Amino acid sequence: MNGRDHDRLTIAPDRRPDADQPRWRQDFPIDWPQDEYIARRDFTKFMVLTSFAFAVGQLWILAQNYFRRRRRALPAREIAAIDEIAVGSSRIFNYPGEHEPALLVRLDESRFVAYDQRCTHLVCPVIPQIEAGRFYCPCHEGLFDLLSGRPLAGPPRRPLTRVRLEIRAGRIFAVGLEERTA
Amino acid sequence: MPVPTQMEFFVDPGRCIGCQSCVQACSECDTHKGHSMIQLDYIDRASSTQTVPVICMHCDSPTCAEVCPADAIKRTGDGVVQSARKPRCIACNNCVIACPFGVPKMNTGMHLMMKCDMCYDRTSVGKKPMCASVCPSQALFFGTRAEIEKLRPLSQPINQFQFGNQSISTRVNLMVPKAARIEHLDVTAALHEAPVGRDVLDDLLMDNMTADREEE
Repeated sequence: MNGRDHDRLTIAPDRRPDADQPRWRQDFPIDWPQDEYIARRDFTKFMVLTSFAFAVGQLWILAQNYFRRRRRALPAREIAAIDEIAVGSSRIFNYPGEHEPALLVRLDESRFVAYDQRCTHLVCPVIPQIEAGRFYCPCHEGLFDLLSGRPLAGPPRRPLTRVRLEIRAGRIFAVGLEERTA
Repeated sequence: MPVPTQMEFFVDPGRCIGCQSCVQACSECDTHKGHSMIQLDYIDRASSTQTVPVICMHCDSPTCAEVCPADAIKRTGDGVVQSARKPRCIACNNCVIACPFGVPKMNTGMHLMMKCDMCYDRTSVGKKPMCASVCPSQALFFGTRAEIEKLRPLSQPINQFQFGNQSISTRVNLMVPKAARIEHLDVTAALHEAPVGRDVLDDLLMDNMTADREEE
């Protein structure tokens, strides 16, 4: 109409050409095709910025992991003397915090294993069944292997968190945690 | 598909007989959800039967869209100003108050402004708007400029209006007598004038009263 572009049909109230109009008129056009264009442009802008934010987020997680690994030097803590624990028996100790119970099991004369007591399903404390060679979680009938801490049955999917042990001069020390996903 | 450029609306208030057909037909149109968007105005109801159907004039600088704070009123490439877009309309009534012709209608129940959109579902596929298809006196005529010139040899279409300092040109035309020789209609100019009809009526009344007294 009137020889004007069909996408830019509407005339501003002051009837001056588009070039003389304030900047905001371009962002809030009255013409439908222009409005669609702005909406598309906004969508593209949103997509680009969002993916940029995601990328930055990934880098941030990477950096955080790096620093966490460097920070994670847990203190060694004495659990017991070797003689205090009979073969085929277990003891509960707290590691690394005061309220984080873990289980130490003596398998034979020279082999010890220790795991965080919290079940990897819903953190119920697991019960050692040493003769059967497993840990038992009474909440949902979960079973873990005594030797490796891997889930055997029931709802848990991840192995128990292993506590690294060291024997120094006849005494057992917990020296670190080993979180595993499989 | 846009409304063809050569198809135009011609409103001839002088031919309106106030039958309300357009008002009823308008509510049949799907684009405004069963609500009639036509207002049938009485010029001076006390003394005249003259009515005027008010449809959207589809301004080239739509005041309704200019005042919309939610950016909801849009104009398609064929020059038709559409009803407010439902996801954006905040039912603030700005357009209703601002429109110089009094066209937009606020549906508070639906929280949405709806207005005459030239029956976009019909005109965009080559049909006439509902009102123009039923108007018995063709006060609402939808067709080409050549057709209207042939049908109304004594009238000319104008689409220039003056509202105070605001001048508006519209897609819809108003038929005025050729004899009037005007370029635009100054709408607010008549605001402070007493209606013509009442003056005549008053005179008649006065004449009768004085006549009665003389007889006594």
